[in-house]
Order: sequence, then structure tokens, then C-alpha cells
Amino acid sequence: MPQAAPRILEQVFRDEWGRVLAGLIGFLGDFDLAEEAAQEAFAVAAERWPREGTPANPRAWLVTTARNRAIDRIRRDRTLAAKTRLLDVPTAVGDDVDSGSHRLDERLELVFTCCHPALPLDAQVALTLRTLGGLKTEEIARAFLVPEETMAKRLVRAKRKIKAAGIPFRLPPAHLLPDRLAAVLAVVYLIFNEGYGGRGDLAAEAIRLGRALAELMPDEPEAQGLLALMLVNDARRGARFADGTVVLLGDQDRSLWDFDQIAEGRAALDRALALGGRDPYVLQAAIAVLHVDEPLDWPQIAALYGELARLTGSSVVELNRAAAIAEAGEVEAALALVESLELDRYHYLHATRAELLRRLDRVEDARAAYERALELVQSDAERRFLEQRLAELQG
Amino acid sequence: MKYMLLIQFGDAPTPYSPDEWERLSEDEQKAIYRAYNEINETPGVTPSGVQLQPAEMATTVRVEDGKTLTTDGPFVTIKEALAGWLMFEADDIDAAIELASRIPAARMGGAVEVRPVVEY
Repeated sequence: MPQAAPRILEQVFRDEWGRVLAGLIGFLGDFDLAEEAAQEAFAVAAERWPREGTPANPRAWLVTTARNRAIDRIRRDRTLAAKTRLLDVPTAVGDDVDSGSHRLDERLELVFTCCHPALPLDAQVALTLRTLGGLKTEEIARAFLVPEETMAKRLVRAKRKIKAAGIPFRLPPAHLLPDRLAAVLAVVYLIFNEGYGGRGDLAAEAIRLGRALAELMPDEPEAQGLLALMLVNDARRGARFADGTVVLLGDQDRSLWDFDQIAEGRAALDRALALGGRDPYVLQAAIAVLHVDEPLDWPQIAALYGELARLTGSSVVELNRAAAIAEAGEVEAALALVESLELDRYHYLHATRAELLRRLDRVEDARAAYERALELVQSDAERRFLEQRLAELQG
Repeated sequence: MKYMLLIQFGDAPTPYSPDEWERLSEDEQKAIYRAYNEINETPGVTPSGVQLQPAEMATTVRVEDGKTLTTDGPFVTIKEALAGWLMFEADDIDAAIELASRIPAARMGGAVEVRPVVEY
């Protein structure tokens, strides 16, 4: 067998961690036991595969090894057996473990468990990243700007609650699925948004999770829609900042866009629309795709924002609709809409209002609006952008 | 798994608050009694077997520095005070949540806390 290059190994590990762990949790009914067994199996692989070559079926090898390790541990420590839901300790399994079938892919069960409403939201996010994403506790802590110990406690408490409160490891029944799926998608989108502002690694993690969900739930339009939305928005990441400031869509260097990713996003959106999807993520994905088309169809974008606003009742969506209406040429109507919104602490409201006032040549009012926006803005890149705009006004 | 379901009336109308209770139609009142009966008869449920008097009738006892302090009313606010409870044996928390959601107090402005019981 050929020697396995380290980079390929790393890729295999990233791809397989979630699957292997999910299968183990399903098998053992215990997160910690499963995690330990998985870690051991991956450690053995990291040591053996570079020497002996990657096995023909890496997943089967990992699952088999991990299961056998877990079974070994349970045999040696009977108190552990009580923790698991195995009625009899099974004998070690051989290489003929049915690894290709979906029976072993319990990632869907795992993600629904991690995102169960009985767990607090921050724990849902952490647990999803830890178990499905395979991120280390320290990496998750860094991503969310909390001390490692805090994140470790969050994970411990979540796993304890899963056991103590009897949170089941299974797909929700059909009548609960819509709400539960919405919760799962919300967690994935939260992870994506944490990465969206610059920490690209989390965005990539969210997209991986999104791809897995779309693959595991091919008939759910919102899963396809969320994936499309993330892919298309992430594809423009390279062009979004320049010289420490924000670059608006119209000014972006398109050569920095990832067109393969955009194509993948379009395909996911097409699947969502073919499934009859018309819910928030599908609409947002459609809007995102329209933003990468040339020329931009602003009336259509405004119409979709309108549909989204009706569904969600969100003032932020209405603000986006106002921007689209302005781009379509109706600046007065856009301003009227903006001024009707109650978003006084939202800096984008004031920035948008400033831009519209500028277009209407109401310079003094525009200046005041930019200043208000500057009072509220958080990110340095956005601050610089607003300062530039303000300076252009005075000039 | 065993769960204790702890019911708080919150803003829910109850026979203890005659003004609000009278605002409900007779059919609505009967439906509430019926719902509670059905819940008590659900397989896996062990009803408390007692009916608590309203929270206003409670007395709270604390001991500080050897002195017994007695105050009128419950430890928490009237709305948060325990109104009733039942024990439920089920496979997992989803079943307990489903049962809790059928308790009338939960949909009328109150809440049900689902607390797992320690089992040895």
C-alpha cells in the first residue's frame, strides 16, 4: 500500500471524525466513552498509516478500531458497562463491519442531539463544533473569545445534561422535525456568522456542516437553502475587505470571488427551489445569488426582500429592501421606508440613511447620520469606511 | 427515566382566581378539568394525589442564627409558586416535554418544569 502523505491523512481525519464519533455514540450511548474511543482509534491511525499505508476503506478501519477499543475498555471496567446502553458487551467486530451503509452514519442523530432545545444555545453551538466538527475545546474557546476552561465546563455540563435529563440520541419524530431542523440550521448559521466577519475557519466549519446536512436531508429545502446562502456569501470573502476597510459589492474585485463555490451554491439553491422551498433560508440564498449575477436585478432583489420581510417581520430585512429599492432608482421611497423603521441602535440604519441623504444632496443631514452611525459602529473596517464617506462629504 | 413535572400557574386562570376563571366559558372550564384528568390517567403518570391550596395560603419558614423566621406567602412570587406536580416515567425527555405541553397551565400563561429524578 502506498505511504499516506500527512496532508491527506489530516483530510481523512477531518472528514471522518464526525461520522466515526456519531456511529460510536449511537453504539455506546455515551459521549465521553465514544470520544475517548474515537481519539484512540485516530491516534493509532496517525501512527500506523504513514508506515503501513492508508487502508482501502479508512472509515471502516477507524470505526472497527474504535469499537474494539471501546469494547475492550468496557470488558476491563465493568462500571463503564453500566454507563452504556449495551445490554450485552458485544464481541469485537471484524473488518467485515458494514461501513458503507448509512446505518453507520449517525451524524444526523448526533446533530439533532447536540441542538436539542433542552440545551442552552451556547452549549448547542459548542457541542456541534466539538462532536461533528472535531474542533478541540481550545479552538472553540478561541473562536468565541472565552477562556478555555469556560468552554470546557460548558461542554461538560452539556454532556452531563444529555445523560441526566435523558436527551435521546435519535431523529425527532415527524411532527417535531420542522422546529428541530430550524434549530439545527440556526446553530449552523450562527457558527457561519461568527466566522463571517473575518475568522474564516469557522465559516469553513459551518459550510462543512451545511454540506453534511444537505447530503443527509436531501428533501429538506431549508437545508439546501442554508448551504447555498453560506456558499455564495463565503465565495465573496476575498473581495470584501481591502486596506483595512470594507469594500462595497459594486466595487469588489470579482476576480477574487470563488466561482466554483458560487456554482455549488447555485446548484444547492436550484435543488431547494425544485423542492418548492420558499422559506427564509431559501429566500436569503436566492437574494445572495442575485447579488452575484450581472447585471444586478435590483427590483427582483427588492421583491425577494419584501417576501422575506413578510415571512419574518424583520426590520433589518426591511432596511435591506430599502437599500435595494434605492439601487433600483427610487431613492425617496427608500428613505421614507428607512425612516419608518425602529432601529435606532443599529448602525447600518444610520449608514444607509446617510447614503440616501447624500444621494439626495441633503449634505448636512447626511453628515449627521454618518456621525450617528460612527457612534454605534463596532468593527474597525466598517468604522474606516464610514469615516471615508464622511470625509468625502466635507470635501 | 423518571421525571417530576412541576406546575406553575403563572398568569393562567384557575378556580382560585374567581374573576378570571368566570371569564372563561363553561365549556372552556370543563375542557381544562378534562385535560387535567386525561393527563393524570396517561400511562406512565403517577399523579400527586393531592391538591394544593392556592399560593396565597402558603407560609414560608427560614431559620437564621437559630431564630425561626416566618413570613406570609411562598418563597418565590405568587405566580412562580408551585401549583401542583406529577411524576412521569418515560423513555426520554421528549416524551416528558410532550406531556408537559399538554398541561393546561403551560398554554395559558403558566409553565411546567421538567426535572429528572435521581435514580440509583
